[in-house]
Amino acid sequence: MKAVITVIGKDTVGILAGVSGECAKHGANVIEVTQSVMQDMFAMIMMVDISKCNVPFKELAEGLNKIGEQFGVKVHVTHEELFNTMYRV
Amino acid sequence: MINTNDILETINMIENENFDVRTITMGISLLDCIDEDIEKACTKVYDKICRYAKDLVKTGEDISIDYGIPIIHKRISVTPIAMLASACQSSKTVRFAQTLDRAAKEVGVNFIGGYTALCHKGFSAGDYALIESIPEALSVTDRVCSSVNIGSTKAGINMDAVAKMGKIIKETAQLTADRDCIGAAKLVVFCNAPEDNPFMAGAFHGVGEPESVINVGVSGPGVVRAALAKAPDCDITDVADIVKKTAFKITRVGQLVACEASKRLCVPFGIVDLSLAPTPAIGDSVAHILEEMGLETCGAHGTTACLALLNDAVKKGGVMASSHVGGLSGAFIPVTEDAGMIAAAESGCLTLTKLEAMTAVCSVGLDMINIPGDTTPEIISGIIADEAAIGMVNSKTTAVRLIPAIGKKAGDYLNFGGLLGGGPVMEVNTASPAKFIGRGGRIPAPIQSLKN
Repeated sequence: MKAVITVIGKDTVGILAGVSGECAKHGANVIEVTQSVMQDMFAMIMMVDISKCNVPFKELAEGLNKIGEQFGVKVHVTHEELFNTMYRV
Repeated sequence: MINTNDILETINMIENENFDVRTITMGISLLDCIDEDIEKACTKVYDKICRYAKDLVKTGEDISIDYGIPIIHKRISVTPIAMLASACQSSKTVRFAQTLDRAAKEVGVNFIGGYTALCHKGFSAGDYALIESIPEALSVTDRVCSSVNIGSTKAGINMDAVAKMGKIIKETAQLTADRDCIGAAKLVVFCNAPEDNPFMAGAFHGVGEPESVINVGVSGPGVVRAALAKAPDCDITDVADIVKKTAFKITRVGQLVACEASKRLCVPFGIVDLSLAPTPAIGDSVAHILEEMGLETCGAHGTTACLALLNDAVKKGGVMASSHVGGLSGAFIPVTEDAGMIAAAESGCLTLTKLEAMTAVCSVGLDMINIPGDTTPEIISGIIADEAAIGMVNSKTTAVRLIPAIGKKAGDYLNFGGLLGGGPVMEVNTASPAKFIGRGGRIPAPIQSLKN
Protein backbone atom coordinates (compact mmCIF):
# COMPACT_ATOMS: atom_id res chain seq x y z
CA MET A 1 0.00 0.00 0.00
CA LYS A 2 1.38 3.38 -0.98
CA ALA A 3 0.68 6.93 0.05
CA VAL A 4 1.49 10.23 -1.60
CA ILE A 5 2.83 13.07 0.51
CA THR A 6 2.80 16.55 -0.98
CA VAL A 7 4.58 19.46 0.60
CA ILE A 8 3.91 22.95 -0.70
CA GLY A 9 5.18 26.23 0.74
CA LYS A 10 8.07 28.58 1.20
CA ASP A 11 11.46 26.87 0.91
CA THR A 12 13.32 26.51 4.20
CA VAL A 13 16.28 24.40 5.31
CA GLY A 14 15.42 20.93 6.54
CA ILE A 15 11.94 20.32 5.05
CA LEU A 16 12.99 17.17 3.21
CA ALA A 17 14.86 15.86 6.26
CA GLY A 18 11.91 16.65 8.53
CA VAL A 19 9.35 14.87 6.37
CA SER A 20 11.52 11.84 5.57
CA GLY A 21 12.58 11.61 9.23
CA GLU A 22 8.93 11.45 10.29
CA CYS A 23 8.30 8.73 7.70
CA ALA A 24 11.29 6.72 8.94
CA LYS A 25 10.11 7.07 12.52
CA HIS A 26 6.85 5.35 11.63
CA GLY A 27 8.29 2.72 9.29
CA ALA A 28 7.04 4.33 6.07
CA ASN A 29 9.58 3.65 3.33
CA VAL A 30 10.27 6.50 0.89
CA ILE A 31 10.19 5.10 -2.66
CA GLU A 32 10.38 8.16 -4.82
CA VAL A 33 10.78 11.90 -4.41
CA THR A 34 10.11 14.65 -6.91
CA GLN A 35 10.78 18.18 -5.87
CA SER A 36 11.04 21.55 -7.46
CA VAL A 37 11.88 24.97 -6.15
CA MET A 38 10.59 27.88 -8.18
CA GLN A 39 11.92 31.18 -6.87
CA ASP A 40 11.43 30.54 -3.17
CA MET A 41 8.35 28.30 -3.46
CA PHE A 42 8.92 24.67 -2.68
CA ALA A 43 6.84 21.77 -4.03
CA MET A 44 7.73 18.21 -3.14
CA ILE A 45 5.87 15.01 -3.93
CA MET A 46 6.94 11.90 -2.11
CA MET A 47 5.71 8.35 -2.72
CA VAL A 48 5.98 6.18 0.36
CA ASP A 49 5.27 2.52 1.01
CA ILE A 50 3.09 2.33 4.12
CA SER A 51 2.53 -1.42 4.18
CA LYS A 52 5.01 -1.77 7.05
CA CYS A 53 3.97 1.45 8.76
CA ASN A 54 3.89 0.89 12.54
CA VAL A 55 1.11 3.39 13.31
CA PRO A 56 -2.39 3.90 11.92
CA PHE A 57 -2.59 6.10 8.82
CA LYS A 58 -4.26 8.84 10.86
CA GLU A 59 -1.25 9.14 13.19
CA LEU A 60 1.19 9.22 10.29
CA ALA A 61 -0.83 12.02 8.68
CA GLU A 62 -1.05 13.96 11.93
CA GLY A 63 2.70 13.62 12.53
CA LEU A 64 3.46 14.89 9.04
CA ASN A 65 1.00 17.76 9.40
CA LYS A 66 2.83 18.81 12.58
CA ILE A 67 6.15 18.77 10.73
CA GLY A 68 4.49 20.94 8.07
CA GLU A 69 3.37 23.41 10.72
CA GLN A 70 6.88 23.58 12.18
CA PHE A 71 8.32 24.52 8.81
CA GLY A 72 5.39 26.72 7.82
CA VAL A 73 4.48 24.57 4.79
CA LYS A 74 1.30 22.72 3.84
CA VAL A 75 1.62 18.94 4.00
CA HIS A 76 -1.04 16.73 2.44
CA VAL A 77 -1.06 12.94 2.82
CA THR A 78 -3.36 10.66 0.88
CA HIS A 79 -3.63 7.08 -0.27
CA GLU A 80 -2.25 6.58 -3.78
CA GLU A 81 -5.59 5.15 -4.83
CA LEU A 82 -7.19 8.61 -4.90
CA PHE A 83 -5.02 9.72 -7.82
CA ASN A 84 -5.30 6.39 -9.63
CA THR A 85 -9.07 6.67 -9.39
CA MET A 86 -9.26 10.25 -10.58
CA TYR A 87 -6.82 10.11 -13.45
CA ARG A 88 -6.94 6.56 -14.82
CA VAL A 89 -9.94 5.16 -16.63
CA MET B 1 4.80 7.18 -10.63
CA ILE B 2 1.60 9.15 -10.90
CA ASN B 3 1.84 12.31 -12.95
CA THR B 4 3.08 15.21 -10.82
CA ASN B 5 0.68 17.68 -12.41
CA ASP B 6 -2.29 15.46 -11.61
CA ILE B 7 -1.25 15.31 -7.96
CA LEU B 8 -0.77 19.05 -7.72
CA GLU B 9 -4.06 19.66 -9.52
CA THR B 10 -5.90 17.52 -6.97
CA ILE B 11 -4.22 19.22 -4.01
CA ASN B 12 -5.10 22.60 -5.49
CA MET B 13 -8.74 21.51 -5.92
CA ILE B 14 -8.92 20.59 -2.24
CA GLU B 15 -6.95 23.51 -0.83
CA ASN B 16 -8.20 26.34 -3.01
CA GLU B 17 -11.32 25.32 -4.89
CA ASN B 18 -13.53 23.88 -2.15
CA PHE B 19 -13.43 20.35 -3.55
CA ASP B 20 -15.18 17.97 -1.21
CA VAL B 21 -17.52 15.03 -1.01
CA ARG B 22 -20.68 16.66 0.21
CA THR B 23 -22.40 13.81 1.96
CA ILE B 24 -22.36 10.15 2.82
CA THR B 25 -25.98 9.31 3.47
CA MET B 26 -27.01 6.00 4.98
CA GLY B 27 -30.48 4.89 3.97
CA ILE B 28 -32.23 2.75 6.58
CA SER B 29 -35.49 0.89 6.08
CA LEU B 30 -37.89 1.26 9.02
CA LEU B 31 -40.58 -0.99 7.62
CA ASP B 32 -39.89 -3.58 10.32
CA CYS B 33 -40.46 -0.92 13.00
CA ILE B 34 -44.17 -0.55 12.19
CA ASP B 35 -46.34 -0.98 15.26
CA GLU B 36 -49.84 0.14 16.11
CA ASP B 37 -48.55 1.44 19.43
CA ILE B 38 -46.67 4.64 18.56
CA GLU B 39 -44.40 4.46 21.60
CA LYS B 40 -43.33 0.92 20.72
CA ALA B 41 -42.78 1.97 17.10
CA CYS B 42 -40.64 4.93 18.23
CA THR B 43 -38.50 2.71 20.45
CA LYS B 44 -37.89 0.34 17.55
CA VAL B 45 -37.05 3.27 15.25
CA TYR B 46 -34.58 4.77 17.70
CA ASP B 47 -32.87 1.45 18.41
CA LYS B 48 -32.58 0.51 14.77
CA ILE B 49 -31.14 3.84 13.63
CA CYS B 50 -28.63 3.86 16.47
CA ARG B 51 -27.64 0.27 15.74
CA TYR B 52 -27.18 0.72 11.99
CA ALA B 53 -25.57 4.15 12.02
CA LYS B 54 -23.42 3.94 15.13
CA ASP B 55 -20.18 3.92 13.11
CA LEU B 56 -21.32 6.17 10.24
CA VAL B 57 -19.76 9.43 11.42
CA LYS B 58 -16.46 7.88 12.50
CA THR B 59 -16.17 5.91 9.25
CA GLY B 60 -16.74 9.09 7.26
CA GLU B 61 -14.06 10.88 9.24
CA ASP B 62 -11.60 8.00 8.79
CA ILE B 63 -12.11 7.88 5.03
CA SER B 64 -11.69 11.64 4.89
CA ILE B 65 -8.28 11.34 6.59
CA ASP B 66 -7.12 8.38 4.50
CA TYR B 67 -7.83 10.06 1.18
CA GLY B 68 -7.24 13.65 2.22
CA ILE B 69 -10.67 14.61 0.89
CA PRO B 70 -13.06 16.55 3.12
CA ILE B 71 -16.36 14.72 3.60
CA ILE B 72 -18.65 17.44 4.85
CA HIS B 73 -21.77 15.64 6.00
CA LYS B 74 -22.70 12.26 7.35
CA ARG B 75 -26.46 11.87 7.21
CA ILE B 76 -29.30 9.40 7.44
CA SER B 77 -32.42 8.90 5.36
CA VAL B 78 -35.26 6.64 6.50
CA THR B 79 -38.43 5.07 5.14
CA PRO B 80 -41.19 7.70 4.73
CA ILE B 81 -42.53 8.04 8.26
CA ALA B 82 -46.10 8.36 6.92
CA MET B 83 -45.98 4.60 6.33
CA LEU B 84 -45.27 3.99 10.00
CA ALA B 85 -47.83 6.59 11.01
CA SER B 86 -50.51 4.78 8.98
CA ALA B 87 -50.36 1.82 11.35
CA CYS B 88 -50.67 3.91 14.51
CA GLN B 89 -53.94 4.84 16.14
CA SER B 90 -52.25 7.78 17.85
CA SER B 91 -52.60 11.36 16.68
CA LYS B 92 -49.18 12.23 18.10
CA THR B 93 -47.30 11.70 14.83
CA VAL B 94 -44.81 14.32 15.97
CA ARG B 95 -43.41 11.68 18.37
CA PHE B 96 -41.74 10.10 15.35
CA ALA B 97 -39.99 13.39 14.53
CA GLN B 98 -38.76 13.73 18.09
CA THR B 99 -37.47 10.16 17.95
CA LEU B 100 -35.61 10.78 14.69
CA ASP B 101 -34.10 13.94 16.16
CA ARG B 102 -32.93 12.09 19.27
CA ALA B 103 -31.42 9.28 17.17
CA ALA B 104 -29.66 11.79 14.88
CA LYS B 105 -28.12 13.51 17.90
CA GLU B 106 -27.09 10.18 19.43
CA VAL B 107 -25.18 9.00 16.33
CA GLY B 108 -23.89 12.49 15.53
CA VAL B 109 -25.37 13.16 12.09
CA ASN B 110 -26.37 16.75 11.33
CA PHE B 111 -29.57 15.95 9.41
CA ILE B 112 -31.95 13.03 9.18
CA GLY B 113 -34.43 12.91 6.30
CA GLY B 114 -37.58 10.90 5.91
CA TYR B 115 -40.29 12.75 7.78
CA THR B 116 -42.00 12.21 4.51
CA ALA B 117 -45.34 11.50 2.88
CA LEU B 118 -45.79 10.27 -0.68
CA CYS B 119 -49.25 11.40 -1.70
CA HIS B 120 -48.97 12.10 -5.43
CA LYS B 121 -52.20 10.24 -6.12
CA GLY B 122 -53.99 10.71 -2.81
CA PHE B 123 -53.66 10.64 0.93
CA SER B 124 -53.55 7.62 3.18
CA ALA B 125 -54.47 8.24 6.81
CA GLY B 126 -50.78 8.24 7.71
CA ASP B 127 -49.93 10.74 4.95
CA TYR B 128 -52.56 13.14 6.18
CA ALA B 129 -51.57 12.82 9.82
CA LEU B 130 -47.91 13.33 9.00
CA ILE B 131 -48.53 16.38 6.82
CA GLU B 132 -50.70 17.95 9.51
CA SER B 133 -47.90 17.44 12.03
CA ILE B 134 -45.08 18.93 9.90
CA PRO B 135 -45.21 22.51 11.29
CA GLU B 136 -44.96 21.28 14.88
CA ALA B 137 -42.43 18.57 14.01
CA LEU B 138 -40.05 21.03 12.38
CA SER B 139 -40.43 23.55 15.18
CA VAL B 140 -39.66 21.14 18.04
CA THR B 141 -36.74 19.34 16.35
CA ASP B 142 -33.35 20.55 15.11
CA ARG B 143 -32.12 17.93 12.69
CA VAL B 144 -35.23 16.43 11.11
CA CYS B 145 -35.96 17.16 7.45
CA SER B 146 -39.34 16.71 5.89
CA SER B 147 -40.55 16.19 2.34
CA VAL B 148 -43.87 15.60 0.62
CA ASN B 149 -44.27 14.23 -2.89
CA ILE B 150 -47.39 15.76 -4.41
CA GLY B 151 -47.06 14.76 -8.05
CA SER B 152 -45.41 12.51 -10.59
CA THR B 153 -45.34 12.00 -14.34
CA LYS B 154 -47.12 8.69 -13.86
CA ALA B 155 -49.77 9.89 -11.41
CA GLY B 156 -50.37 13.53 -12.25
CA ILE B 157 -50.60 16.20 -9.56
CA ASN B 158 -52.61 15.84 -6.36
CA MET B 159 -54.06 19.36 -6.16
CA ASP B 160 -55.56 18.71 -2.71
CA ALA B 161 -52.01 18.08 -1.48
CA VAL B 162 -50.79 21.18 -3.34
CA ALA B 163 -53.42 23.29 -1.56
CA LYS B 164 -52.57 21.69 1.76
CA MET B 165 -48.83 22.27 1.41
CA GLY B 166 -49.29 26.00 0.79
CA LYS B 167 -50.83 26.24 4.25
CA ILE B 168 -48.32 23.87 5.85
CA ILE B 169 -45.31 25.82 4.55
CA LYS B 170 -46.76 29.07 5.86
CA GLU B 171 -47.58 27.53 9.23
CA THR B 172 -44.12 25.98 9.53
CA ALA B 173 -42.53 29.38 8.95
CA GLN B 174 -44.87 30.99 11.49
CA LEU B 175 -44.01 28.44 14.18
CA THR B 176 -40.29 29.09 13.71
CA ALA B 177 -40.57 32.85 13.11
CA ASP B 178 -38.32 33.49 16.13
CA ARG B 179 -35.52 31.53 14.39
CA ASP B 180 -35.69 33.25 11.00
CA CYS B 181 -38.43 30.82 9.92
CA ILE B 182 -35.87 28.01 9.64
CA GLY B 183 -38.54 25.28 9.82
CA ALA B 184 -39.56 25.99 6.23
CA ALA B 185 -35.92 25.60 5.11
CA LYS B 186 -36.15 21.94 6.14
CA LEU B 187 -39.33 21.20 4.19
CA VAL B 188 -39.39 20.25 0.50
CA VAL B 189 -42.40 19.68 -1.74
CA PHE B 190 -41.54 17.36 -4.63
CA CYS B 191 -42.83 16.21 -7.96
CA ASN B 192 -41.15 12.96 -9.09
CA ALA B 193 -39.17 12.62 -5.85
CA PRO B 194 -36.22 10.23 -6.24
CA GLU B 195 -36.08 7.38 -3.73
CA ASP B 196 -32.30 7.35 -3.39
CA ASN B 197 -31.44 11.04 -3.03
CA PRO B 198 -28.64 11.58 -0.50
CA PHE B 199 -29.11 15.37 -0.29
CA MET B 200 -31.17 17.14 2.32
CA ALA B 201 -33.76 18.35 2.92
CA GLY B 202 -35.42 15.96 0.45
CA ALA B 203 -33.70 12.68 1.29
CA PHE B 204 -35.79 9.65 2.21
CA HIS B 205 -35.26 5.90 1.90
CA GLY B 206 -37.71 4.72 -0.75
CA VAL B 207 -39.76 1.56 -0.46
CA GLY B 208 -37.90 -0.07 -3.35
CA GLU B 209 -34.58 0.38 -1.58
CA PRO B 210 -32.74 -2.40 0.29
CA GLU B 211 -32.65 -2.81 4.07
CA SER B 212 -29.80 -0.35 4.29
CA VAL B 213 -27.72 1.44 1.68
CA ILE B 214 -24.90 3.96 1.27
CA ASN B 215 -25.50 6.83 -1.13
CA VAL B 216 -22.94 9.53 -1.74
CA GLY B 217 -23.42 13.07 -2.97
CA VAL B 218 -20.45 14.76 -4.59
CA SER B 219 -19.96 18.47 -5.03
CA GLY B 220 -17.44 20.83 -6.56
CA PRO B 221 -18.87 23.99 -8.16
CA GLY B 222 -15.61 25.75 -7.26
CA VAL B 223 -13.56 23.16 -9.16
CA VAL B 224 -15.72 23.52 -12.29
CA ARG B 225 -15.53 27.31 -12.17
CA ALA B 226 -11.75 27.25 -11.73
CA ALA B 227 -11.36 24.83 -14.67
CA LEU B 228 -13.41 27.16 -16.88
CA ALA B 229 -11.43 30.19 -15.72
CA LYS B 230 -8.28 28.60 -17.15
CA ALA B 231 -9.86 28.68 -20.64
CA PRO B 232 -11.44 32.13 -20.85
CA ASP B 233 -11.74 32.35 -24.63
CA CYS B 234 -12.70 28.87 -25.76
CA ASP B 235 -15.97 28.23 -27.57
CA ILE B 236 -19.04 26.63 -25.99
CA THR B 237 -18.24 23.12 -27.23
CA ASP B 238 -14.96 23.32 -25.33
CA VAL B 239 -16.77 24.72 -22.28
CA ALA B 240 -18.99 21.62 -22.26
CA ASP B 241 -15.91 19.40 -22.61
CA ILE B 242 -14.14 21.07 -19.69
CA VAL B 243 -17.21 20.63 -17.48
CA LYS B 244 -17.46 16.96 -18.49
CA LYS B 245 -13.82 16.21 -17.73
CA THR B 246 -14.01 17.98 -14.38
CA ALA B 247 -17.26 16.21 -13.47
CA PHE B 248 -15.60 12.90 -14.28
CA LYS B 249 -12.77 13.52 -11.81
CA ILE B 250 -15.11 14.76 -9.10
CA THR B 251 -17.41 11.78 -9.50
CA ARG B 252 -14.55 9.27 -9.42
CA VAL B 253 -13.75 10.50 -5.95
CA GLY B 254 -17.41 10.12 -4.98
CA GLN B 255 -17.37 6.56 -6.28
CA LEU B 256 -14.17 5.79 -4.36
CA VAL B 257 -15.59 7.18 -1.13
CA ALA B 258 -18.91 5.38 -1.64
CA CYS B 259 -17.24 2.00 -2.22
CA GLU B 260 -14.93 2.48 0.74
CA ALA B 261 -17.77 3.52 3.06
CA SER B 262 -19.85 0.60 1.85
CA LYS B 263 -16.99 -1.83 2.54
CA ARG B 264 -16.13 -0.47 5.97
CA LEU B 265 -19.74 -0.25 7.15
CA CYS B 266 -20.76 -3.57 5.54
CA VAL B 267 -23.70 -1.83 3.90
CA PRO B 268 -24.37 -2.13 0.14
CA PHE B 269 -23.38 0.76 -2.11
CA GLY B 270 -26.43 2.41 -3.66
CA ILE B 271 -25.65 5.34 -5.90
CA VAL B 272 -23.46 8.36 -6.42
CA ASP B 273 -25.44 11.55 -6.90
CA LEU B 274 -23.62 13.68 -9.47
CA SER B 275 -24.78 17.01 -8.20
CA LEU B 276 -23.02 20.34 -8.17
CA ALA B 277 -24.13 21.52 -4.75
CA PRO B 278 -23.10 25.05 -3.81
CA THR B 279 -22.44 26.44 -0.34
CA PRO B 280 -22.48 30.06 0.78
CA ALA B 281 -18.64 29.96 0.92
CA ILE B 282 -16.86 32.18 -1.57
CA GLY B 283 -15.71 30.09 -4.53
CA ASP B 284 -18.33 27.38 -4.12
CA SER B 285 -21.09 28.82 -6.26
CA VAL B 286 -23.07 27.44 -9.21
CA ALA B 287 -24.01 31.02 -10.18
CA HIS B 288 -20.32 31.86 -10.55
CA ILE B 289 -19.90 28.97 -13.02
CA LEU B 290 -22.67 30.46 -15.15
CA GLU B 291 -21.00 33.86 -14.88
CA GLU B 292 -17.65 32.30 -15.83
CA MET B 293 -19.34 31.07 -19.03
CA GLY B 294 -19.89 34.70 -19.95
CA LEU B 295 -22.91 36.15 -18.17
CA GLU B 296 -22.53 39.51 -16.46
CA THR B 297 -24.73 38.27 -13.63
CA CYS B 298 -26.64 35.07 -13.00
CA GLY B 299 -30.24 35.79 -13.99
CA ALA B 300 -29.30 37.65 -17.17
CA HIS B 301 -30.82 36.46 -20.46
CA GLY B 302 -28.79 33.39 -21.42
CA THR B 303 -28.79 31.98 -17.88
CA THR B 304 -31.19 29.15 -18.69
CA ALA B 305 -29.08 28.09 -21.68
CA CYS B 306 -25.86 28.14 -19.64
CA LEU B 307 -27.51 26.12 -16.87
CA ALA B 308 -28.87 23.58 -19.39
CA LEU B 309 -25.36 23.08 -20.77
CA LEU B 310 -23.88 22.78 -17.28
CA ASN B 311 -26.50 20.33 -16.05
CA ASP B 312 -26.12 18.09 -19.09
CA ALA B 313 -22.32 18.16 -19.15
CA VAL B 314 -22.11 17.29 -15.45
CA LYS B 315 -24.20 14.18 -16.08
CA LYS B 316 -22.28 13.15 -19.19
CA GLY B 317 -18.96 13.51 -17.40
CA GLY B 318 -20.10 11.85 -14.23
CA VAL B 319 -22.03 8.92 -15.59
CA MET B 320 -18.97 7.00 -16.76
CA ALA B 321 -17.15 7.66 -13.51
CA SER B 322 -19.60 5.75 -11.35
CA SER B 323 -21.05 2.27 -11.52
CA HIS B 324 -24.44 3.47 -10.29
CA VAL B 325 -25.69 7.01 -10.70
CA GLY B 326 -28.90 8.21 -9.11
CA GLY B 327 -30.51 10.72 -6.81
CA LEU B 328 -31.00 14.17 -8.23
CA SER B 329 -27.77 14.35 -10.28
CA GLY B 330 -27.36 17.75 -11.86
CA ALA B 331 -26.80 21.34 -10.80
CA PHE B 332 -28.54 22.73 -7.74
CA ILE B 333 -29.69 26.33 -7.61
CA PRO B 334 -30.54 27.00 -3.95
CA VAL B 335 -30.59 30.79 -3.71
CA THR B 336 -29.63 31.34 -0.06
CA GLU B 337 -26.92 28.66 -0.20
CA ASP B 338 -25.03 30.13 -3.15
CA ALA B 339 -22.96 33.31 -2.83
CA GLY B 340 -23.43 34.17 -6.51
CA MET B 341 -27.20 33.63 -6.42
CA ILE B 342 -27.50 35.76 -3.29
CA ALA B 343 -25.61 38.60 -4.96
CA ALA B 344 -27.69 38.24 -8.14
CA ALA B 345 -30.93 38.27 -6.14
CA GLU B 346 -29.78 41.32 -4.17
CA SER B 347 -29.01 43.19 -7.37
CA GLY B 348 -32.50 42.40 -8.69
CA CYS B 349 -31.09 40.58 -11.73
CA LEU B 350 -32.20 37.17 -10.51
CA THR B 351 -35.97 37.00 -10.09
CA LEU B 352 -38.45 34.30 -9.15
CA THR B 353 -39.71 34.11 -12.74
CA LYS B 354 -36.18 33.57 -14.07
CA LEU B 355 -35.56 30.93 -11.42
CA GLU B 356 -38.72 29.13 -12.51
CA ALA B 357 -37.42 28.98 -16.07
CA MET B 358 -34.07 27.71 -14.80
CA THR B 359 -35.75 24.87 -12.94
CA ALA B 360 -36.95 23.44 -16.25
CA VAL B 361 -33.35 22.56 -17.10
CA CYS B 362 -31.64 21.99 -13.75
CA SER B 363 -31.81 19.06 -11.42
CA VAL B 364 -34.16 20.31 -8.74
CA GLY B 365 -36.40 23.32 -8.48
CA LEU B 366 -37.21 26.52 -6.65
CA ASP B 367 -34.86 25.95 -3.77
CA MET B 368 -34.18 28.02 -0.65
CA ILE B 369 -36.04 31.13 -1.74
CA ASN B 370 -37.19 33.67 0.83
CA ILE B 371 -40.58 35.15 0.01
CA PRO B 372 -42.51 37.96 1.73
CA GLY B 373 -44.16 36.94 5.00
CA ASP B 374 -47.57 38.10 3.85
CA THR B 375 -47.61 35.77 0.81
CA THR B 376 -50.89 33.88 1.00
CA PRO B 377 -51.00 30.06 1.24
CA GLU B 378 -52.84 30.03 -2.11
CA ILE B 379 -49.98 31.83 -3.84
CA ILE B 380 -47.48 29.38 -2.31
CA SER B 381 -49.68 26.56 -3.61
CA GLY B 382 -49.75 28.23 -7.03
CA ILE B 383 -45.95 28.28 -7.08
CA ILE B 384 -45.89 24.59 -6.08
CA ALA B 385 -48.40 23.70 -8.81
CA ASP B 386 -46.35 25.49 -11.50
CA GLU B 387 -43.16 23.79 -10.40
CA ALA B 388 -44.82 20.37 -10.19
CA ALA B 389 -46.24 20.87 -13.70
CA ILE B 390 -42.73 21.48 -15.06
CA GLY B 391 -41.55 18.27 -13.39
CA MET B 392 -44.56 16.22 -14.42
CA VAL B 393 -44.47 17.18 -18.10
CA ASN B 394 -40.69 16.91 -18.46
CA SER B 395 -40.41 13.63 -16.52
CA LYS B 396 -37.93 15.18 -14.12
CA THR B 397 -37.71 15.95 -10.44
CA THR B 398 -38.82 19.40 -9.40
CA ALA B 399 -39.07 20.69 -5.89
CA VAL B 400 -40.16 23.75 -3.96
CA ARG B 401 -38.46 24.91 -0.79
CA LEU B 402 -39.78 28.37 -0.03
CA ILE B 403 -39.31 30.25 3.22
CA PRO B 404 -42.08 32.75 3.97
CA ALA B 405 -40.23 35.45 5.95
CA ILE B 406 -42.82 36.15 8.61
CA GLY B 407 -43.05 39.87 9.41
CA LYS B 408 -40.70 40.77 6.57
CA LYS B 409 -41.12 42.14 3.07
CA ALA B 410 -39.20 42.04 -0.22
CA GLY B 411 -35.65 43.35 0.27
CA ASP B 412 -35.43 42.33 3.95
CA TYR B 413 -33.13 39.48 4.99
CA LEU B 414 -33.29 36.05 6.55
CA ASN B 415 -30.15 34.41 7.94
CA PHE B 416 -30.18 30.71 8.76
CA GLY B 417 -26.46 30.34 9.30
CA GLY B 418 -24.29 27.39 8.30
CA LEU B 419 -24.84 25.71 4.98
CA LEU B 420 -28.42 26.92 4.71
CA GLY B 421 -26.98 30.43 4.36
CA GLY B 422 -29.23 33.42 4.14
CA GLY B 423 -30.39 35.98 1.63
CA PRO B 424 -32.82 38.64 0.60
CA VAL B 425 -36.58 38.22 0.53
CA MET B 426 -37.62 38.10 -3.13
CA GLU B 427 -40.64 39.66 -4.81
CA VAL B 428 -43.61 37.41 -5.56
CA ASN B 429 -46.39 38.05 -8.06
CA THR B 430 -49.38 38.77 -5.80
CA ALA B 431 -52.24 38.11 -8.26
CA SER B 432 -54.41 35.45 -6.64
CA PRO B 433 -54.72 31.84 -7.89
CA ALA B 434 -57.10 31.13 -4.96
CA LYS B 435 -60.02 29.87 -7.04
CA PHE B 436 -57.83 27.48 -9.04
CA ILE B 437 -56.16 26.13 -5.89
CA GLY B 438 -59.51 25.86 -4.08
CA ARG B 439 -60.96 23.54 -6.74
CA GLY B 440 -58.97 20.55 -5.47
CA GLY B 441 -58.89 17.23 -7.34
CA ARG B 442 -56.09 15.90 -9.49
CA ILE B 443 -54.34 17.10 -12.62
CA PRO B 444 -54.42 13.97 -14.80
CA ALA B 445 -51.12 12.34 -15.71
CA PRO B 446 -49.80 13.73 -19.00
CA ILE B 447 -49.80 11.74 -22.23
CA GLN B 448 -46.03 11.22 -21.93
CA SER B 449 -46.70 8.99 -18.91
CA LEU B 450 -48.21 6.35 -21.21
CA LYS B 451 -45.01 4.68 -22.31
CA ASN B 452 -45.99 1.04 -21.96
